[in-house]
Amino acid sequence: MKEAFRQSMAWLHTWVGLLVGWVLFFVFLTGTLGYVNAEVDLWMRPEQPQLAAFPPAADMLASAEQRLRERSGEAEEWLIIFPGDSGVRGAGDLVVGRRAWPVDGEMSGKRTLETLDPRTGLPIEISARETAGGHTLYRMHYVLHYVPEKWGRWIVGIATMLMLVAIITGTIAHKKIFRDFFTFRSARGQRSWLDGHNLLAVTALPFHVMITWSGLVFFQFMYMPVAIDMLYPEGTPRDRFFEEAYGFDQIDRDAARPAAPLVSLLPLLARAEEHWGTGSVYFITVDNPGRENARIIFSAQDKDSVDRTRAFLRFDGVTGSLLESGTGTRTAAGWFNGVLLSLHEGRFAGPVLRFLYALAGLIGTAMIGTGLVLWSTKRKAKLLKTDKPHFGIAVVDVLNLGTVVGLPVGIAAYFWANRLLPVEMPGRAAWEVHAMFIVWGLTFLYAIARSLDRAWVELCWLAAAACTLLPLLNALTTDRHLGVSLSSGDWVFVGFDLSALAAGLFFALMARHLDRRKEAVR
Amino acid sequence: MSSSQMKSASRRWSIASRVLAAIGGGYALISLLTLALPLALAPLGINQAQVLLAATTASFLIYVAIVMAVFHARSAARAWAGLAIMALPLSAVTLLLLP
Repeated sequence: MKEAFRQSMAWLHTWVGLLVGWVLFFVFLTGTLGYVNAEVDLWMRPEQPQLAAFPPAADMLASAEQRLRERSGEAEEWLIIFPGDSGVRGAGDLVVGRRAWPVDGEMSGKRTLETLDPRTGLPIEISARETAGGHTLYRMHYVLHYVPEKWGRWIVGIATMLMLVAIITGTIAHKKIFRDFFTFRSARGQRSWLDGHNLLAVTALPFHVMITWSGLVFFQFMYMPVAIDMLYPEGTPRDRFFEEAYGFDQIDRDAARPAAPLVSLLPLLARAEEHWGTGSVYFITVDNPGRENARIIFSAQDKDSVDRTRAFLRFDGVTGSLLESGTGTRTAAGWFNGVLLSLHEGRFAGPVLRFLYALAGLIGTAMIGTGLVLWSTKRKAKLLKTDKPHFGIAVVDVLNLGTVVGLPVGIAAYFWANRLLPVEMPGRAAWEVHAMFIVWGLTFLYAIARSLDRAWVELCWLAAAACTLLPLLNALTTDRHLGVSLSSGDWVFVGFDLSALAAGLFFALMARHLDRRKEAVR
Repeated sequence: MSSSQMKSASRRWSIASRVLAAIGGGYALISLLTLALPLALAPLGINQAQVLLAATTASFLIYVAIVMAVFHARSAARAWAGLAIMALPLSAVTLLLLP
């Protein structure tokens, strides 16, 4: 019975893993880069000088407020996010956002975000090249690209659900989880892939479960709409749900309220800083700006909190009087949700923990990659006896190579495009992304055209070159090469260049290893 | 059709049936669960919205367990029967308590 259970779970693990492995590899790799997306943003805007300290919050608020008021028009909500410590996503940017009033049939209005240079208060595109940046790469891990966002979320959600199945069935399929963990038989073909897959999977098992489950929780009511739609339909009941379930405060979203001028935000900032200390405000939201029911909410930095609660001050937007000073406490269920989402994003993590996050993400990526390769290796080992080529396995082989090695080549191309496309080129940001997908697509064609063994070795060398040469490209196209960044303590550029070199070294070692193994087989 | 072909064809049908039971049946079951649980617990004085939130968060883990059970069941028919048996009380609770 126990053995039968293990076998049925192994079967499920194998097929579920194969079905969604390629999408998950993409999600894991781009998601892992999301742990450094603010740093990647800065690297992709080399004109933006290294910032020693941010200007006073009052200066930044003045420009942000001016920007929002200038482009007045109707908005349901304004948002101002201050740049913060490197542990916080969006670290180097001052962000202003506005949410339009929902158009018929929309649950919430369309939100547009604009990034301002904290030094000048002007849009970042004026002081630096237009770039899709680290944030676009990071967004791809949950909305994909070139497809409507809603589809992207669904595709990623289904893949994530199956990932959870694969993780748990994979753990059960394991006969001797503890002994296997300490077993690695190198250079033995299928055995090595299996040992490697096990080692990677078990090392970061808690991370894998957490990241997968919490990933689903982000959009849980989109994936599980039946109960909430029946018990709390759109509109007032839905607002009441969020209030009761999480402990969020209810926002008056009545568009029909009379107009009333909004107070200046600056004096309120001074009061918030009195409460929490200078530079302690993380973001400001204004609900119903320019209406008599306007509310201004200041939220404090929360970089040490693992549950997404943060202290807030709520002001009346017309009189400027303080209405409420809260701690952001939640209901138990709301708190637990906050913890899950916070663990997923890892915004609270300091440098060491953030490094571990990125490492765990890479381990997850490698686990998926080795699992995909293992599927095909195992089947080919069986086929050798009958010796007839199998179309299905050939397709899997091409998809494996094009994903496992091709995607890193594509991402490297994204960074190359950032440095090589003309700075003034219109639609530059979009073309950075096109470059990534065109190059990635070409790697699939290459995998089809060449013999599989050769294509693996050659694409690994290509990935090695594309990564290793990035620091050189950076040195040739900017004045912030590794020598400069090391001596000036520009850790964003140092970190990027060294990571690129490390990735290059990894692919070079892999290429050499595969090349040798091929020789040995011959 | 030889007997081995018949066996392989019936295996395929069994897998197809299980896939449908796991994906469709499992999804319907967790949807029903997230609906029935808040309705059932609300009369006990537990906040309905909070139960719905917690049940939805947990539903993904329950989905995994259902998928595993469906593929481990001795036959596809037994998997479907299991799903139906679990759905029965949940449907009854929902029909009784849904306003």
